[in-house]
Amino acid sequence: MSEITKAVASPNVDQKEGYWSARVTRERTLRLVIIAFALVYALFPVLFIMSSSFNPSGSILGQGIIPRNASLVHYNALLNSPNNPFPLWVWNSVKISTITAVLAVLISSLSAYAFSRFRFKGRRTLLLTVFLIQVFPSTLAIVAIYLLLQTIGEIIPPFGLNTHAGLILVYLGGALGINTWLMKGFFDTVPRELDESAMMDGATNFQIFWVIIFPLVRPILAVVAILTFVGTYGDFILPLVLINEPQEYTLAGG
Amino acid sequence: MAAISQPQKNVLYPSSTPASPVGLILRLVGIAILDAFAIWFVSQLIADQAWFLAFLVVIVTIGFNAFFLSERLYPFRWFSPGLALMILMVVYPMVYTIYVAFTNYGTGHLRTQEQLVQSFLEPRGSNLYIPEGATPYEFAAYRSEDGRYLLWLIDEQGNAFAAAPGEPLKANGEGIEGIGPLDEDGFPETIQGFERLNRIQLASDDTINTQIFGTAEDSIGISGRNAARFELRYSYDAASNTITDLSTGTTYTGIEGIYTSTTDPNDTLPGGYYVGVGLGNFIDLFTSPAISGPLIIIFVWTVMHALFAVLLTFALGLSFALVFNSDLVPGKKILRSAMLIPYAIPAFISVLIWRGLLSEQLGPISVTVRDWFGWSPPWFTDAFWARIGVLLVQMWLGFPYMMLVCMGALQSIPSEIYEASNVDGANAWQRFWSLTLPLLLVSVGPILISSFAFNFNNFGVIRLYNQGGPAITPTAGWTDILISYTYRLAFAAGTTDYGLASAITIVIFFIVLVITVINFRFTGAWEEVSQNV
Repeated sequence: MSEITKAVASPNVDQKEGYWSARVTRERTLRLVIIAFALVYALFPVLFIMSSSFNPSGSILGQGIIPRNASLVHYNALLNSPNNPFPLWVWNSVKISTITAVLAVLISSLSAYAFSRFRFKGRRTLLLTVFLIQVFPSTLAIVAIYLLLQTIGEIIPPFGLNTHAGLILVYLGGALGINTWLMKGFFDTVPRELDESAMMDGATNFQIFWVIIFPLVRPILAVVAILTFVGTYGDFILPLVLINEPQEYTLAGG
Repeated sequence: MAAISQPQKNVLYPSSTPASPVGLILRLVGIAILDAFAIWFVSQLIADQAWFLAFLVVIVTIGFNAFFLSERLYPFRWFSPGLALMILMVVYPMVYTIYVAFTNYGTGHLRTQEQLVQSFLEPRGSNLYIPEGATPYEFAAYRSEDGRYLLWLIDEQGNAFAAAPGEPLKANGEGIEGIGPLDEDGFPETIQGFERLNRIQLASDDTINTQIFGTAEDSIGISGRNAARFELRYSYDAASNTITDLSTGTTYTGIEGIYTSTTDPNDTLPGGYYVGVGLGNFIDLFTSPAISGPLIIIFVWTVMHALFAVLLTFALGLSFALVFNSDLVPGKKILRSAMLIPYAIPAFISVLIWRGLLSEQLGPISVTVRDWFGWSPPWFTDAFWARIGVLLVQMWLGFPYMMLVCMGALQSIPSEIYEASNVDGANAWQRFWSLTLPLLLVSVGPILISSFAFNFNNFGVIRLYNQGGPAITPTAGWTDILISYTYRLAFAAGTTDYGLASAITIVIFFIVLVITVINFRFTGAWEEVSQNV
């Protein structure tokens, strides 16, 4: 049962063959060649971003990968401008994204556990509703979200406009979406016998979830955490609309 | 210990495991605190007249109570935090958008009726007038060096008082310094710092007619040669929703959010309020030639764009995940992390970089392609190549996500299955098509469908890549998808029409909903996922 926690041994390795046999070497070479191409494909635009960051002209047009007259102008401007407290924005972004990711993982893993382990009336409906609600085009809903935070902020100022808590709350509204599905699929692969034997020993549902299942599904928790973190970190529309104080800006908004 | 005798039942109809008294008390206390907070919050919301939000908070609170007090609803306890946040932050904006779709909310109709009527009734400059037969006061006017005015007035009973703009009326000029001796009519001959105006000066002074002397509620104005008390210019009749301009006697009726004269349709009061227009926005959407003209082209491209974006990113992401999913790759973890770097760069920056790379004159990719083939595609000016360009960018933006998801899913496929197939002598190709892919699709299927829905509305990439261009019509472009087209219609012309935009949003929502449900049925993903375990 423990193999689900470890990376599953590659299906392609025949245990009887040695690591250096001709067939294995051929396969390894093939894989490495493909990986090399993949890396080039994945990274060359990133290289351009880096190279243009050292390029004083401010345009990426007509430059080579290695800028002819590299300079740190942009970095200097970035780090030392009093109008743009860049390090502060980075900190804001990281803080918001981290809190969102952790809370989203907790919320969606609770739901995913219940979807995976319990059978109850309304389960299918709820599962489908959670999925379908997120296909709503939210471009316009931003107007409503703005008004919503404004109303909340008048009553509970720490969660209103221009606050990180308010922004996090908005992000968490989407926590129950595809993440729950992603996790449920993984939870389903954890054998039921584990739960049952724990239940025999008198564990409560919550103990089963927290002590037994939670550590077993770490890979998918990590995936969801990364997805949420990156999604939050890269989002720029919400912070742009909801946050107007330069001190509270996130990276993308600033 | 019912769990031992009937383990299956415990699984199918779970209940909370017998709680310790402490646990029970903690739960009750928690619910009590939550309820107290909710009651306070709802009362505040009602005070703010946020009715619908208050209603939702009540629903959420009742839900919490039911879930945590009823054993039958036990499983829902696990959903409660997520559900509560979803209802407040996702469902509320959704319902709000649906509501707006049936109104004419937008430029010229941004206020509620109440707010608009209030703006006509509050006593300020343009809302005040001096009635025809108003009793005039005897008065003298004074002006200071720096252009401040002061009036000295005597009413019919002979009471004298002074009036300055923005200050309460002062009987006998109390509190004003330096009042000189009164003349035979009872007006001060001099006031310190002010010059008394004679008839000619008064007639030639234009600004004094625009002054409001006294406070807003109790004020006096000069009209021609008379000074008289201001009255409110408009009166509102809630029963018939009409506003009457008392200075002209015209009655204005609220028609589609604008107060329009009952006699002349072109005579309206400034400003408008938002009002339900029924299906008006939806009818506009399908009948107005300016809107529905390019709709077919845009719709077809929207579907194609979403479909190809998903297929290409999935194919690429899965291939990479498969290549990496082997113990034969040295330094697998580091290499794999490097592959995910594109994902760490915010999309809006990546798209801009790609714009630069593809730039037709100087972009490094265009230059390289031109060097090799003597020709490079017009990535931004040609309809076909612009679309290809969008898909290229989408592919690069999206493959790390698919790779990440596929890597997770590949790991959950038990290795015993492969061992069995090895014994059966299946080759790698057969293994992929008959084992890996079907098993993968069970867990990844919903992700693909959700990714389709996401790309259906991927406003950011389309907008940043080429703003929807090249143009078909002034308001539509070849790479525009429905949502970016909506944006153009609703906001780009300098005016906003939230009502129409919301109507399109709802139409899009239903299209995606239908496509999603069909996808589920077609792939059977729904059945497998819901019946799993």
